[in-house]
Amino acid sequence: MIRRLPVYLALAVVAVAFLLPFGWLLIASVQPGAALNADITWEVSAANFTDILDADTVFIPMWNSFVISGGTALLTVLVAVFAAYPLSRYRTSFGRSFLFVILFATGLPITAVMVPVYAMYSRFNLIDSVPATIAFMAASSLPFAVWMMKNFMDSVPVSLEEAAWTDGAGWFQSLRRIVLPLMVPGLTVVLIFTFVLQWGNFFVPFILLLSPEKQPASVTIYTFFSQYGQVAYGQLAAFSILYTAPVILLYSALSKVLGGAFSLTGAVKG
Amino acid sequence: MLRRFTPLLPAVALLLVFFAGPMLWSVYTAFTDMALTGSVSVDFVGADNFTRMAQDPAFLHSLLLTLVFVVGSAVIGQNTLGLLIALLLRGRGRASRTVVTGLIIAAWAVPETVAGFCWYAFLYRTGTLNQLLQHFGVQQNWLYTTPMLAVILANVWRGTAFSMLVYSAALSDVPPELVEAAQVDGASAWQRLRHITLPMIRRSIVSNLMLITLQTLAAFGLIYVMTGGGPGNASQTTPLYMYQQSFKFYQLGYGTAMALVLLLIGGLFSLIYLRLIKLEDG
Repeated sequence: MIRRLPVYLALAVVAVAFLLPFGWLLIASVQPGAALNADITWEVSAANFTDILDADTVFIPMWNSFVISGGTALLTVLVAVFAAYPLSRYRTSFGRSFLFVILFATGLPITAVMVPVYAMYSRFNLIDSVPATIAFMAASSLPFAVWMMKNFMDSVPVSLEEAAWTDGAGWFQSLRRIVLPLMVPGLTVVLIFTFVLQWGNFFVPFILLLSPEKQPASVTIYTFFSQYGQVAYGQLAAFSILYTAPVILLYSALSKVLGGAFSLTGAVKG
Repeated sequence: MLRRFTPLLPAVALLLVFFAGPMLWSVYTAFTDMALTGSVSVDFVGADNFTRMAQDPAFLHSLLLTLVFVVGSAVIGQNTLGLLIALLLRGRGRASRTVVTGLIIAAWAVPETVAGFCWYAFLYRTGTLNQLLQHFGVQQNWLYTTPMLAVILANVWRGTAFSMLVYSAALSDVPPELVEAAQVDGASAWQRLRHITLPMIRRSIVSNLMLITLQTLAAFGLIYVMTGGGPGNASQTTPLYMYQQSFKFYQLGYGTAMALVLLLIGGLFSLIYLRLIKLEDG
């Protein structure tokens, strides 16, 4: 035990260092009149939370976030399932090159694609359109989703489908009746993963959505924060917590589905 | 043969229209003087945007800052810290693993605006860090005096989880007998790490480095929320400069040329990464 002491000490330092930046957020959210400093008063109340629980501040942006990330996740999963099927089932050189392109695309910086996307969208009057924003977000999350989905589908043995094929079932029936029911965990992982990623996405809606009533929480929280001088920091902290909570919950759910350890990184490793 | 790949069509369509399309469009736009000011005429200006870039001190400065940011926060920070934590956690009890990885993954899971906001408050003049440091007489507004260090630390905080997870997975594949045998032979902890563990996980190290470089290269939200690229342009990495030129100064042609440079750098790293995982297969 004594010999292990330095290791535990180092781990404790790491834990504290990762906890500290959260500290202010957690404390300020329950202190009425909190400012940007670390002074703690013993006055604790839920006032910051109750003050912001109205349509304009929280409900509409959170609903927008839900619609945008949910729409993106559903569209991505739907398209990725179809794309993964031939990639997983038929080993051809075309399929291999397609996967190569998909993997290559996962590495490209989305931030850099945004400038031409903006130019294209303003040309076709698609700026400030929620469906068009969802379409772009789905396209940008598609490469990684297809890759994960293909890996999950590979673990469903082809032999199960062969009987269906001899009975004359087409790819769609085979996919729907045999493959999909067997890969519900995989579908859930891709769905939650895409949702969580887009829930936190700031840059894409920041560029493509201009009306405050259409913007998701990631953007309105920044607008809230950038009004220097008149920021109610306690309320901002409370809003941040409300906005972060679903992500934390979904991450915990995700790690349950994946059996404790995250094997997402395994999917990345290939 | 073609009918078999019908299910691929929606994905191909979506990717062509919203991903490949804009990128090809950017190749065209980068050679024009397109601006957002509403002027209808767009002239072909050849390589002007690129020569301008090569002579623009602000752009070259941003490129240098991007390099500092990637090397500092990803290659050195996240990578080393991730490996270190994975090594420290090896063989530890369930409780300490849960607490440490839980906190690190929480920092990763938090949306980037909130992460930027947490760090803004943490480093603020009267913030938590200065409150802790006041006993040592070191107090300053870190976001103004050392903006690059501030955003690098914030990005290390936010991104270490990924490297930690990659290395935890890689370390669990290293057979314990090998390390134990070396221990019996009298190899010190450092020698065991240097000559056994690290060579065994070298492929994970290289792919992790590639992936985190790709993730860090185009980081925008965290820096934008914390410093906005400032003070002045002291923390204006290329994505922030590109944003400023395109959307604040309405120089879409110039901004797109910069986007193209970022895409090329990203594409290069992506290709290297693909070659690496191919090697792993074969």
